[in-house]
Amino acid sequence: MTTEPILSPAVHVLIALIFPPLLLGVINRTKAAFAGRQGPPLLQPYYDLFKLARKGSVLSTTTTWVFRASPVIGLATALLASLLVPFGGQESPVSFAGDLILFAYLFGLARFFTVSAALDTGSAFEGMGGAREATFACLAEPALFLGLMVLVKRTASLSLTTMLGTAVAAQWRSAGAALVLVVVSLFVVLLAENCRVPVDDPNTHLELTMIHEVMVLDHSGPAFGMILYGASLKLFALGALVVDIAVPLRTGNRAVDLGVFLVGMMLLSVVIGVVESTMARLRLHQVPSLLVAACLLSAFAIVLAARG
Amino acid sequence: MSAVIVIVAIGLLGVSGLPGLFFGPRSPVGERVAATLVLAGSILGLGAAFAGMGKTAVFARSWAVPGGDLALRVDGLAAMFLVPLFVVSSLGSIYGLEYWAAREHAADGRKLRAFYGLMSAGIAVVFVAHNAVLFLAGWETMAIAAFMSITTEDEREGVRHSGYVYLVATRVSTLLLFAMFAVLHAKTGSWDFAPPGRPMDSSAATAVFVLGLLGFGIKAGLMPLHVWLPGAHANAPSHVSALMSGVLIKTGIYGIARVCSFLDRPPIGWGVALLLAGSVSGVLGVAFAIGQHDLKRLLAYHSVENIGIIIMGLGVAMLGRATESPTLVTLGVAGGLLHVWNHALFKALLFLSAGAVLHSTEAREIDQLGGLAKTMPRTALAFLFGAVAICGLPPLNGFVSELFVYLGLFHGLRVDSLWILSAIGVPALALIGALALACFVKAYGAVFLGQGRSDRVSHAHDPGLSMLGPMALLGVACTFIGLVPLAVEPVLRSATNSWAPELAPAASPLDVLSPLRLLSAAGGSLLALLAAGAVLVWRAPDPSRGLTWDCGYAAPSRRMQYTSSSFAESLVGFFSWALRPSVHGAAPAGLFPSPTTFHSHVPDTVLDRALIPLSSAGARALRWFRWVQHGNVQLYLVYILATLFVLILMGR
Amino acid sequence: MGYFVDPVLVLVLLANFFLLGTSRLRAIINGTALQGVLLGILTLLVHHELSLRPVLIAVGTTVIKAIVIPWMLSRAMREAAIVHEVEPFIGYILSLMLGAIGTGLALLFVGTLPLVPQHVGSLLIPTSLSTVLTGFILLTTRRKAITQVAGYLVLENGIFVMGLALIEALPFFVEVGVLLDLLVAIFVMGIIILQISREFASLDTTRLSALKE
Repeated sequence: MTTEPILSPAVHVLIALIFPPLLLGVINRTKAAFAGRQGPPLLQPYYDLFKLARKGSVLSTTTTWVFRASPVIGLATALLASLLVPFGGQESPVSFAGDLILFAYLFGLARFFTVSAALDTGSAFEGMGGAREATFACLAEPALFLGLMVLVKRTASLSLTTMLGTAVAAQWRSAGAALVLVVVSLFVVLLAENCRVPVDDPNTHLELTMIHEVMVLDHSGPAFGMILYGASLKLFALGALVVDIAVPLRTGNRAVDLGVFLVGMMLLSVVIGVVESTMARLRLHQVPSLLVAACLLSAFAIVLAARG
Repeated sequence: MSAVIVIVAIGLLGVSGLPGLFFGPRSPVGERVAATLVLAGSILGLGAAFAGMGKTAVFARSWAVPGGDLALRVDGLAAMFLVPLFVVSSLGSIYGLEYWAAREHAADGRKLRAFYGLMSAGIAVVFVAHNAVLFLAGWETMAIAAFMSITTEDEREGVRHSGYVYLVATRVSTLLLFAMFAVLHAKTGSWDFAPPGRPMDSSAATAVFVLGLLGFGIKAGLMPLHVWLPGAHANAPSHVSALMSGVLIKTGIYGIARVCSFLDRPPIGWGVALLLAGSVSGVLGVAFAIGQHDLKRLLAYHSVENIGIIIMGLGVAMLGRATESPTLVTLGVAGGLLHVWNHALFKALLFLSAGAVLHSTEAREIDQLGGLAKTMPRTALAFLFGAVAICGLPPLNGFVSELFVYLGLFHGLRVDSLWILSAIGVPALALIGALALACFVKAYGAVFLGQGRSDRVSHAHDPGLSMLGPMALLGVACTFIGLVPLAVEPVLRSATNSWAPELAPAASPLDVLSPLRLLSAAGGSLLALLAAGAVLVWRAPDPSRGLTWDCGYAAPSRRMQYTSSSFAESLVGFFSWALRPSVHGAAPAGLFPSPTTFHSHVPDTVLDRALIPLSSAGARALRWFRWVQHGNVQLYLVYILATLFVLILMGR
Repeated sequence: MGYFVDPVLVLVLLANFFLLGTSRLRAIINGTALQGVLLGILTLLVHHELSLRPVLIAVGTTVIKAIVIPWMLSRAMREAAIVHEVEPFIGYILSLMLGAIGTGLALLFVGTLPLVPQHVGSLLIPTSLSTVLTGFILLTTRRKAITQVAGYLVLENGIFVMGLALIEALPFFVEVGVLLDLLVAIFVMGIIILQISREFASLDTTRLSALKE
């Protein structure tokens, strides 16, 4: 069909723009269910974003333009990264050999400016959060790359679209064990990068125990809205990696695949909610051990993948 | 023809500082003449290098020195290294007009300019020399001129100490190179620094490789041969540090690349050695950098890290040559050599902006600075560009060269004999990138953001045009290579063809193997999104101002900010097995504790905890032989007489 | 003419023993002057026919070794105001015995060397070896700087004699070289003696060990 070349990317972009805050809603609803509460409505994050967009903002006198730029950079990089990931095995709008490296480093760019903005405020709390974020990223990045390397080895391709496309179903038959390890490892990376329990508690109010929350303490109004939206986009993009591997259904029918993918993302959010409700946050000096364990799982997966 | 132009350019660079010796110490004529000569020579040299792209220019003449002819060769590989030399040395010379102005530095300005020119000329001779004797002459000129430039402020003890360490290291490297050339000459009979005409046996080839790796590795700053680098780069004037970090250590890389090109099918062990050495150097280099609290020492350790990345690229290329895979060769050479350019550009940018900070605040200690982005906004922007580039973040140039190395490693994953190496290399590179990001956020944040931590920052101001201009040009160059990497593809192809000519026909061009145009599109769209966001922020209603949230504490002070050492504390703890930080201080004790101090420092483990104690122990052991040197002239003459007798007896 | 060569060489050997045995500085300077005169005569004698060049060299040798250098040494002696040599390291008797043993060994040693026929049986080579040894003994066992300069002069005399043995092969090559060498060395030593006496208020070279690290 002649509309295919335009329709497919347009659908992809629409999903990427509209869907992510719903994930946060599902997570919060799951946690509430575990706690025996009714919890906020599913669409609450959207209401929050609209409210923040209308609010005024307060800037600290210590800050410079870096502080105002960081939410913009976080959002722009998350948008661009979401264009690289295939949803449900469908071709992503932008795909080329080596796009997985661009994917990882775009989030690195966002992290650079988020942590710089935290240091810009001249507050001890935000510096603490920034230091923790930068430290944990040093272990999460290798884990992410190791996990993706397994896919590169098995599918002999260097682009996310081909790695997570139709080839994945075949790989489950031939290297299922390795793929299970990869899914677990990438799930841990997902929790670490998006500051979920057990790495960080998004609902804590104690500055001394926060990581991500404390870094954005001084943002307010539309900027804070951009940060929240960008964080949900990042959760969506990284979650898409996990779901694409874990749910290898590729019927070839675009609507079915996308539908299955979206259901998979909801299930992923439920799983995250369950994990957050059943586990306590790890003590800060234990977090590196968790991330190193994720690295080791992926490394073991590579060895398994090389054998087959 | 282009070889003659390069010779003229080298000559102009070499004599640039000498006319200044004839004018008074405070006269501005000498420094302007020096800058003009360097600029003229650099423009000539750049023109010759780019015009001769893809061709090899040769110049040969016989001379009175034994050991071959006076032979120069400017091929793709040499041109690749000459370009950053000419760029950085000319920009540094212009920078020095204000940074080391003759009016303020009457005692050492003329000496510095003379040796700066000689050092640049020596480096250029190293890159174009075809004959071993000429190579060593250029090497020595560069080394001695660098020593004199490093010790410009030799009234300070720290400067002298680092100068001596540098001198010892460069002597050792020259000796190793002498040995390497001797082996080459013994096995091939020629004094040419080129692939040998006769095939060498494997033990000789391995000897040449090991000697070359060690000798050139010392100059390049490969861990653990890097011991001279932190002190020398930290204590030299900033434009000298920029030239050293950007170009002088690349002479080591050039040497390693040339030696590696000597065999068409090198043993796979060479590539493995390079890849592992590069990974170790990269990871430990950035680990040491995280622990530093002196801004220029921090930048110096990052040079060790980036040399590691370049060597990793060369290692991938060598693995490609060993397994006859043109893809790996193309990607590895492209990654390694483009990173040579990129590192020269962004490291020079970082050193020049650090120099501007030093010039304006007279402080190198990060924990005494802070909040400089408000008083020195342009310098802060320059440093930010350099920081984003060195972390390898899109859309700047560091990302492009690291992408090539990653692609090379990923291609290696699919080869049965190489996947283990890729499985080590890729996480190492990812770890290096994440650690570098942490380190530069720490450096940028602690120096420029937040509030000033001491009174040193009260008089900070942006420098003038002659210091800002070079920084701006370097920033533009970084952005250009990052956004339009297709522009450097011809240069890289020419360098790859001259390095591995036998694989040239089978190699796919770089823009097929890697998505150069799509990278430009991605970079462009990122910038478009950022611009759109910036417009939104500008259009938003003016925010109100307040204090930073301090959790209700009524009297926050500037000393309560997170310091750079606190930021790096957990990472230094991770790597404490290598860094061995020294910590002095007592925790406050009791209910109303008295004031206490805390001081932490990360010395260089190889130098301060291994080499210096070992050499002191050796000196103590050799002191036992002191009785031979008694100072008695008559006994010395008896030694001579005894030697004569022994010779007479032996002669019979 | 060739008959007188050997007696003059014997006189040179006797001058060696004289230098080894005396303790008076003035006598040492006179002894080296005498050796210089003897060497000038020897230069004329060694040549089979006399022409301008040997005469010039002989006169030059005599002037430098017998007049100029002793004059400079006397001046140095006057400036430093010294008269006596102090007790040497190994005593005068022992020096003499060493010199005698050395000369004897030189005579024996020469028999084992592959010499040109005209030199076999001649005293030239043994004399030169003995003179060199005398010079070394003076250099290594005497304390005062002036005596060491004299020892160096004797050493050069010995080399000069060896050069005379090569007169056919290298006409005066060695001799001219030695003369030039001597001139430079004496200049330098003159300066050093002046500096040592100023620095240490004495010419005792054992004080030089204070300069060691």
